[in-house]
Amino acid sequence: MQAVVVENIVKKYVVKKNTVDALKGVSFSVDKGEIFGIIGPDGAGKTSLFRILTTLLIAESGKATVDGFDVVKDYKQIRNRVGYMPGKFSLYQDLSVQENLEFFAAIFNTSINENYALIKDIYQQIEPFKTRRAGQLSGGMKQKLALSCALIHKPTVLFLDEPTTGVDAVSRKEFWEMLHRLKTEGITILVSTPYMDEAGLCDRVALIQKGGILSINTPKGVTKEFKKPLWAVRASEMFHLMNAIKNDNAVESCYPFGQYHHVVFKNPGDDKKRLEEIIQTNHFSQTEIHSIEPNIEDCFMALMKE
Amino acid sequence: MKQFFIFVKKECLHIWRDRRTLFILIWMPIVQIILYGFALTNEVKNSKIAIFDQSKDDATREISNKIAASRYFNLVKNVYSYNDIEATFKQGKIRLAVVFPKNFRDDLLHTNHAQIQLIADASDPNTANTLTNYAAAIINDYQQSLNNNEKLPYTINTQLRMLYNPELKGAYNFVPGVMALVLMLVCAMMTSIAIVREKELGTMEVILVSPLRPFLIIIAKTIPYLLVSVLNIACILLLSVYVLDVPITGNLGLLIGESILFTITSLSIGILISNGAKTQQTAMFTSMMSLFLPTLLFSGFLFPVENMPLPLQIISNIVPAKWYYIIVKSVMIKGLGFTAVWKETLILIGMTLVLLFVSIRNFKIRLA
Repeated sequence: MQAVVVENIVKKYVVKKNTVDALKGVSFSVDKGEIFGIIGPDGAGKTSLFRILTTLLIAESGKATVDGFDVVKDYKQIRNRVGYMPGKFSLYQDLSVQENLEFFAAIFNTSINENYALIKDIYQQIEPFKTRRAGQLSGGMKQKLALSCALIHKPTVLFLDEPTTGVDAVSRKEFWEMLHRLKTEGITILVSTPYMDEAGLCDRVALIQKGGILSINTPKGVTKEFKKPLWAVRASEMFHLMNAIKNDNAVESCYPFGQYHHVVFKNPGDDKKRLEEIIQTNHFSQTEIHSIEPNIEDCFMALMKE
Repeated sequence: MKQFFIFVKKECLHIWRDRRTLFILIWMPIVQIILYGFALTNEVKNSKIAIFDQSKDDATREISNKIAASRYFNLVKNVYSYNDIEATFKQGKIRLAVVFPKNFRDDLLHTNHAQIQLIADASDPNTANTLTNYAAAIINDYQQSLNNNEKLPYTINTQLRMLYNPELKGAYNFVPGVMALVLMLVCAMMTSIAIVREKELGTMEVILVSPLRPFLIIIAKTIPYLLVSVLNIACILLLSVYVLDVPITGNLGLLIGESILFTITSLSIGILISNGAKTQQTAMFTSMMSLFLPTLLFSGFLFPVENMPLPLQIISNIVPAKWYYIIVKSVMIKGLGFTAVWKETLILIGMTLVLLFVSIRNFKIRLA
């Protein structure tokens, strides 16, 4: 049985008499014990999707089940068994770390001792601060506490809405390591993120944009879908380089990526020659051209164009 | 049950850690009682007056002394012309002037008829009325003492007895009013804010995705405020008995029971408000506009409901504070028992049940 099944979910919001489509018929399914990433920019519909799956919102049409329970009809069962960590820090800021954890354990009819093993690795890192108020924790520590609270009742499915947004690089890495440990406990994890580099850490990812899914695949599978050669170019004058490349008719897309511009041609062939021509005619200096393997972000950019 | 207790404990911690709000919750009723008791009183005491005596005889002197000696008046000035009176009024130095005409005593003795003029500052009509009444009563008193020796053919004496409040103290009126006001504010406003705060901070999102039943969330949120209210009732009653000398003539148990009933009414209004409000500000202003003003206007505490136009009288019936005010006055001041207030109690119970039913039914189990 699959942990999460989503079929053709449509969600609309009415903002100042205008209807905005947050989700336009989204379908996917998540296997038990899988880390499933929902990757997409802000406003893509990630949070709406999570709220529908955690029974907080009702979709206009479509069907979704979590652990085999319908998200509308059987909302009580779902609320008993899932863990949910919203994008916004949503614990009691005026309660201490320990009080927050005790509270969430108690409302799920369990205790900290009962499931301590599950959260031990995470909670140990914030335990030295357990008498501190949650509002006074750093961003990374807040996320660890929120994750502990979402896990304390040993959920079957864990929903993490942008857990690493606003968290430093080291904490982000630690956070993902924890998710992989939780996976070994058999917990299904749905995680959303706007960071493309985190996609590679998931078992499978769904790329989502403007309420629609662009692609669902393993991270490797997604990059394999990228058929054309990809080039990285740099010069001393990056801005003019970008304009020069974009003005060329043969170029399909060019976008900045770190210290380079990534370039894809419409009809692959003598790509490198073409690039050298552009550089020569515009007299760019300190240039560098090489072929690279596409990553998730390149795929995302390509899929968005289609 | 464990869920419930931890929720109540959490709620108490919220209140306890928000010291500023707690301070206001505890001190607001105390300050209100003291303010109404000593500063904002509508009792007439030591009103400043002037006397324009054109006759200066035994009779005028005796009346003047009587007036000046009364606790209602304080003679601040003797004036010597009408212009002088007007000037003094304009300066705001006096609220009443007593004018004796020339030859007052002679007129009284020889023609059996004399006049005294009372001039009052009627920019505050109620006070002007009260002051002239008091002064007229003192003058009447003097007249009766003159007639004591003689037998008049026909006299009708009015005998006044002020029941339940022989000293005509304002406190007898406002203590029940302040109780209604404070309970309404603390319970309704604070509960609505407390529930909306969870929505605003996003914690509602997390506790909704838990086995907690909405009914349990609501009840657990109201319990701590019920406790604060009981503390407030105790403070108000102690202050009114020991500081303002307003005794509790009726049954204390009945009074507290009725107060708790009204507290529950207010709590359910608070829940109802929180259902609609999205931000704490909205909740606060809704409570202010829909509770504070109607309670002040329609409970009968500041303005007698019987004097209002009929439509307003009808509206006043849906204000719970009106019924609670009647109950407190009956039990605390008049010393009546349950048989006298069962109708009002029944109305309050009915209102509470309807409000609780509607608010719990409309409690949102999802976000939108």
